Formats: sequence, structure tokens, C-alpha cells
Amino acid sequence: MHRILATAGTEFRIALRNRWVAIAIVLMTLFALVLSAAGSAPTGGLGVDRLSVTVASLTSLAVYLVPLLALLMSFDAIAGEVERGTLPLLLTYPVARVEIVLGKLAAHVAILALAVGVGYGIAAAAALAVDPDAMAGLPALWRLGWTSVLLGATFLGAGYALSALARRPSGAAGLAIGLWLGLVVLYDLGLLAAVVADDGGWFTTDLFPVALLANPADAFRLFNLSASDATAAASGVGGAAAAIPLWQSALSVALWPLVALALATSAFRKVTP
Amino acid sequence: MTSTLKISSLTKRFDGVAALTDVSLTVAPGQRVALLGHNGAGKSTMMKIILGLIPATSGKVEVLGAAPGSAGARAGVAYLPENAAFHPALTGEEQLRHYLRLRGESPSQALSLLGRVGLGHAARRRIGTYSKGMRQRVGLAQALIGHPKLLVLDEPTSGLDPVSRRDFYALLDGLAAEGASILLSSHALTEVEARTDRILILARGRLVAEGTLADLRRVAALPVAMTVTARNGYANTLAEALPGARIDAAGLLHLTCAQESKLSMLARIADFGTKVADIDVVPPSLEDIYSHFSQREGQ
Repeated sequence: MHRILATAGTEFRIALRNRWVAIAIVLMTLFALVLSAAGSAPTGGLGVDRLSVTVASLTSLAVYLVPLLALLMSFDAIAGEVERGTLPLLLTYPVARVEIVLGKLAAHVAILALAVGVGYGIAAAAALAVDPDAMAGLPALWRLGWTSVLLGATFLGAGYALSALARRPSGAAGLAIGLWLGLVVLYDLGLLAAVVADDGGWFTTDLFPVALLANPADAFRLFNLSASDATAAASGVGGAAAAIPLWQSALSVALWPLVALALATSAFRKVTP
Repeated sequence: MTSTLKISSLTKRFDGVAALTDVSLTVAPGQRVALLGHNGAGKSTMMKIILGLIPATSGKVEVLGAAPGSAGARAGVAYLPENAAFHPALTGEEQLRHYLRLRGESPSQALSLLGRVGLGHAARRRIGTYSKGMRQRVGLAQALIGHPKLLVLDEPTSGLDPVSRRDFYALLDGLAAEGASILLSSHALTEVEARTDRILILARGRLVAEGTLADLRRVAALPVAMTVTARNGYANTLAEALPGARIDAAGLLHLTCAQESKLSMLARIADFGTKVADIDVVPPSLEDIYSHFSQREGQ
């Protein structure tokens, strides 16, 4: 345990020096502010509090931004050690590879949690300032907060796995961008195209829900949207969200970080210094 | 006590190309062993196998009675890689505190360790601003953590100036006196001269020589060179009397003889009495001995 903490402490310090902590916080804050401001117009008629509306907007944002931030922080984690030549020495220390991965993960998750906390906190403060009923949206915001951190952990683990597979930072960066595009952008487009082509057949009824659950980003969106019914209108997957039980999307959100961690560890074990 | 390091019939192949072939050796506690060889002779490969970073193709390696790379072995082995590298954003002190924590030692020792290698003044500067020699010292400092039983040092003195080099060997003497075994590599015999107990020479992945410097000198049996200065006018007389001697432009006589006939040759020259003004005896240089062993194989 003390070796994981030591690694986490050092990684956090490095991220602080490389300004990753500042970049993550500023990005999340900026987007939260922009969404709070943009979300102010259409609220009145819906009969929903301001914060719940903001949460719906933040969900759509977090699905893009949190994985991106996580991949940007993680793609260098192992490939960078290989390139700098620091890995052989580190591996002669009495520290297991899984401990190294867990240490890096702890530091990066802490940074993401900090950024998410600050960003969402500001959004909440902005909503509460103009709408006294916004307190009703706090549970949804809390749910969005911890699922965002879990989503980040999933993509951090995936980033480490790619970093170990690529062994060069440039290659790892390419793979990370590819993964982001694939899982966050193209995956949904593909599903949408398939649903349209299928026209209510077997794919739409049987495979589509499973396909949504199998993607950590979709499971995250699904969970947050179906948990707060007021926001169903804000998303195209609203219909699907209603059909999938809440526990299934919650399970997917909770399991993915573990799967990603296992992938990262096994990829790292194959790296020969 | 048993040996710190025991290697028997170690062979390593990379995609069918032999990097090490049938290497056997043992290192006892407190012994300082130098591993010499050209670039690509297999020194770093052997060290990485000892550290458990890469697996051996065949043969048996035992480090502190355990398998290389096992938790028990890693706890007692320290490593200094060739061209030691660290994260440039950390200061020397932070980097050492990290390594101390990984070994379960108190991080407060960081400053005193840096002081021991002469880096106390730069402890709070980022490693990115360090020179190569300074990084090498950080590497040495981390190798001293927690009284290791075996130190594996890959070209430890590269990048160090002659004075630091001497300090470095003094440090090693202290460690060996406390019972630590030291295996260090180098590609110059002159560098490890008199500072190690035993010398191993690797050539093309094979162990071609092993022993003390005196042993190697004897086994190589390289000829001794002599330079004789004759008194005015006697150079030719001497040259005729001494078989194999040749006179250079400055009038000096050069001759060589086998190690065992050195004394009789000296006696013959001394017999010329006042005809000889001076005599220099030049034993084979360390570089000559090293070249003799490292080139014999596979030529």
C-alpha cells in the first residue's frame, strides 16, 4: 500500500509541475460556466429546476470531455517511462507492476475528481444563485459527479493499456485519439445508422441495448439520463434509456474501470524493458 | 555464507542470435567484480538477466538464493543503469524520496544520500537542469538506498570526471567492506585497475578470461618491451649483441622478450656495464592485455 501511495504522490507532483492539474480544472470550469450560461434560456416553460437542466447539459459534455482529459493524462504514463529510460530502474525496485499502475491511477483519478468537483460545483452555484428550486437537482448532480470520475477511471485505464501497447508516446497518443473517436463519437453514429437501417427489427430490440451497455461512455450517459427522468427530453437516447433497467447501466459504469485496470495491468506486464 | 550471485551455463538468444553463450560465474559477499567487454559483448544483457528484467534462454541464475526479479531478490539488489535517467520535472531530493519510499525506507534520508555523492547543493533543483555527471550521481545515490547486498552497476563511471571517479571507487570500497557484492561493467580495463578484486572479460557473449589482474597478466603472457639507451658510440655494438633489437632514429634500442626471460635479459644488458646509460622496462599495458583477451575469441 505504501508503494502505491508513494507512486501516487510522485505522479500527482509531476502532473502539478506539468500543469495538468491546472489544465483539467480550467477546462472543466470553463465548460461548466458556458453550459450554465447557455442553459438559462429555455428553462421556464419545462417546469424543471435550473440545476436539473444544467445536469442534462453537463452529462452530454462530460461524455466527451472526461474521456478526452483522461486519455490525455494517461497516454504518456508507460510509453513515457520507456522513452525516458526510467522504466528499467523502476522495475528493479521491489514494486509490483500492478502497484505502479494503481499509483498512477490514484493520482490521475484524484486530479479528475478535483476538476470535476470544481467544474460541477461552479455550475451548481450558478444555478442556485438564480433559481431557489435548484436544490432539487443536487442528487442528479452528485450522481453525475461520481459517475464522471468512474468514466474517467475507465479511460485512464484504457490509456495506460494503449500506452503499454504502443511503447512510444507518439504512437500511444495516436491510439488514444483513435479510441476516443471510436468509443465516444463514431460508436453512437454507427449505432444510429444501424437502428435506422434496421427499422425496428431484431437489432433495435435485442442488440441495441446491449451495445449501449457495452460502451462505457454510453452506459454513463444512459445511467445519468434514466436516473433523472426530467432530463430524458434532452437526449436522443432517451427512448432507449427508458427501456434499459437502471441497475444494468449502473453495473456497466461500475465494472468498466475494473476491466480497464485489468487490461492496463496485463498490457504493462508484457512490456520488456 | 553462500554466494551472492551464482550463474551457471547461462545462455541468452534474441531471435536466434546468441547474446550470451554458456556463461558461468559466482560472486561472493564483499567481492568487487568488474565485467569488461566491447559494446555488444553482452554485459548489459547479462545484467538485465541478473536483475530479472529479461528472461534467460537457458541456464540457472540465483540472486541472493532466489530467482532473479523475485521479490526477495529485488529487495536486496540495487541497480545503476547505463545513462541513468529520471523524470526531469522532479528535483533530485523528490526523486530520491520516491525511491526511498518504494524500498520502505524513511524518505528523510534523501538529503544525506545526495550529500554522500556530492549533490547536496543541487538537491532542490529539477533533474531536468542537471548535467550527465550529476544524473549519474543521482543514480548512484539511489543505488545506495537500504544497504543492498548486491550492486549491479552498468558503466557507473561514464560521465564522471577523474576526481569524482576516485570518490566513486572509494564509496564502493566502503560498501564492499560492509559485505556488499559489487558487479560493475566497463569497457576500459584502465578504469577498473586495482579497484576490483576480480576481472571478467566477455567477448561476443562468451566469458573469455577471469581472475585478478595479476592472473590475467600471467595467462596472457604478453612480451615485455625494453628500451636501452647506449653511451655515445656503443649503440651498434649493443644492437649486434642483442638478438632482435632495433635502433630508432634517436639512437635508442628497442627489444622485447617473454615474461619469464625478463630477468635473464636484464642481466645480459647489465653485463655491458658502462656501455649502457639507461634502461626502461615497459610491462604490457592494461589495454594490451584487454585486447589480447577480447579479440582472441572469434577472430
